[in-house]
Amino acid sequence: MRRIVFEKRESMSRRASTLVPIISLLASLLLGGLLLAISGANPFVTYYEMFRGAFGTWNRFTETLVKAIPLMLTGLSVAIAFKMRFWNIGAEGQLTLGGVAAAGVALFWAQSLPGWTLLPLALLAGCVAGALWAGIPAVLKAYLSVDETLTTLMLNYVAILYSEHLYYVAWRAPGYNSGTATFTEAAWLPRITGRVHAGIYLAIILAVVLWFVFKRTRWGFELQIIGENPTAARYLGINIAQNVVLAILLSGAISGLAGATEVLGLARRLQQGLSVGYGYTAIIVAWMAQLNPLAIIGVAILMASLLVGGDQIQMRMGLPAAMGLVLQGLILIPMLAGMIFMEYRLRIIDPHTTGMEVEA
Amino acid sequence: MKQRAWIYISIVLVLALLMPACGPADDPEDDVLKAAFIYISPPGDLGWTYEHDRGRLFLEAQLGDQVQTTFIENIGEGPDASRVMRQYAQEGYDLVFATSFGYMDHMYEVAQEFPDVFFEHCSGFKTRDNMATYFGRMYQPRYLSGLVAGSMTENNHIGYVAAFPIPEVVRGINAFTLGVRKANPDAQVYVVWTSTWYDPVVEREAAVALLDGGADIIAQHQDTTEPQKAAQERGMLSIGYNSDMRGFVGDTVLTGPVWNWGVYYTDVAQDVLNDTWTSSQYWGSMTDGIVDLADFSPKVPQDVRDLVAAERALIVNGEWDVFCGPITDQAGNLAVAEGECMSDGDMLGIQFFVEGVVGNIQD
Repeated sequence: MRRIVFEKRESMSRRASTLVPIISLLASLLLGGLLLAISGANPFVTYYEMFRGAFGTWNRFTETLVKAIPLMLTGLSVAIAFKMRFWNIGAEGQLTLGGVAAAGVALFWAQSLPGWTLLPLALLAGCVAGALWAGIPAVLKAYLSVDETLTTLMLNYVAILYSEHLYYVAWRAPGYNSGTATFTEAAWLPRITGRVHAGIYLAIILAVVLWFVFKRTRWGFELQIIGENPTAARYLGINIAQNVVLAILLSGAISGLAGATEVLGLARRLQQGLSVGYGYTAIIVAWMAQLNPLAIIGVAILMASLLVGGDQIQMRMGLPAAMGLVLQGLILIPMLAGMIFMEYRLRIIDPHTTGMEVEA
Repeated sequence: MKQRAWIYISIVLVLALLMPACGPADDPEDDVLKAAFIYISPPGDLGWTYEHDRGRLFLEAQLGDQVQTTFIENIGEGPDASRVMRQYAQEGYDLVFATSFGYMDHMYEVAQEFPDVFFEHCSGFKTRDNMATYFGRMYQPRYLSGLVAGSMTENNHIGYVAAFPIPEVVRGINAFTLGVRKANPDAQVYVVWTSTWYDPVVEREAAVALLDGGADIIAQHQDTTEPQKAAQERGMLSIGYNSDMRGFVGDTVLTGPVWNWGVYYTDVAQDVLNDTWTSSQYWGSMTDGIVDLADFSPKVPQDVRDLVAAERALIVNGEWDVFCGPITDQAGNLAVAEGECMSDGDMLGIQFFVEGVVGNIQD
């Protein structure tokens, strides 16, 4: 009997780490195409319309960038955590609370603070809120070994429900069914072109800084070691608990910043539509970019183009909204499947000819 | 290497950036009126959006080749709504309908950017030269449905699943309760807020909570038929909303206030085609037909039907309206004196419950 087994690779294959994201993307396009064909839509026309919807005109491209900003920031946030094998599924909640804190500053400190301090303070409040929210699971993990996947995920619901309480009830503007009043202009994050706001600068600067930290600094190296080989890290005298907490505080702060820029740059008030899943899509972005901060910028734009282009599935092709969501979900499956091939390889073992091995 | 993946992605992106230059122009079909509808839920909600989509199809059937319509569903009330409106305006649509209250500020902003496009916002209060609002006096048929509920409750305990504590919903609860109390001064209407227009699960849970509390009739201000289904599964009666829900749920739905958007949509499209469109705030009545009461279930006895018919005639003939005094508020104070009627402005901004409602607006 022949058997096919997975075997852990001794070293990460160079070829695989380059090809896997690209093949995965193609595979997901193929799967999506099949699904479209079954639903009676021409896949080529649909993809063309999606592409045109995201990049076809300057205006559309700016809308793609608008969607890409929170994906870049949460993607970076998630990547820091994932470098250490800390599964931060909580970017969504950290983003939401970041938006809440920024909105709180913009709404309630506008009278008592000099105008020019309002925006930086609101952004800072967003970072702090995100950091603290991520800090809870980080401390629990570092000192009590509580599984972070569950705690970060569960805290999302707490944050989202709390934000709903604020914009539906406590902070609701009179005459509206939901949403706070619009902030004073001093708290608006400037827009560059269309609705693209200055958050894109923050995202790009952070990406470069993080790339440098990971590549060139001792701390970045330590984080990597903690993730790849905790035992070795311990022998090297690295304080694992402290580093985990610090890195996750940073991760949470960046997600919080994503929420703050969404609220201050785009909506200019706290309202429905802050938590629309960026924190979860960020996981796909970070994986596709192989946790490389610079690649995250590009991949975030790619994912944003799928979200914005997805409108066309309804507008042009007349397919239901659910189809757009299914196509987005399909991206992740080949991606995760592909990850296996980066760390493992397939071996066919034939007991009759022991020693003869076929590698795939 | 990891860098190489990044390089490939960069190449794709650069190519993508070059695309705007060579994309084909949007197809101009100037002789045809292009109308787009933005929905908060899918037409499959069988309620709110279902009725708007029925209105859209009615418009298509009435104007035939003169008009081309499209819709987009499941658009939240956040920043995404603004993008979708812009896209339609840029795609050459002449007329955009947005059918949820929370689209108001987005439409107000986008309407300013596209002065040549006509914008119609359902249920809001902001207008521009190229942005109108439209809505119906749903409180009229709601009052009539309250007469039915008040007549048919056996334990004087009626549940009401309500979306948000905003004037539109408060007005509906009040009108319904005025009807209930007219038929049955001992009955009370218990309100539960869901904080959502469209969430089948939450809508059902709210109805179940009301049924657990002892309600024997469920009324609602939501988008779907779930509260009606929950009541039916408990063997209880209900009052529908939006569409003729009896057709989807069964005869336990006694009747319900319903929308008929089609005539209005056709009128608006005709106005745009004739270049006679002007910005206005339309608030149509039962006399116009934009709102009405659905047909009765066989379970509704003749004396109740007669009562409804009599009250209906008063409203349709303009002899009386629902918010004419005397009306007492929840605390027992006289809110509208005998011989007086609330103005449209007062009704549109109503923020108190009438006597007979059990619930809190600031919940």
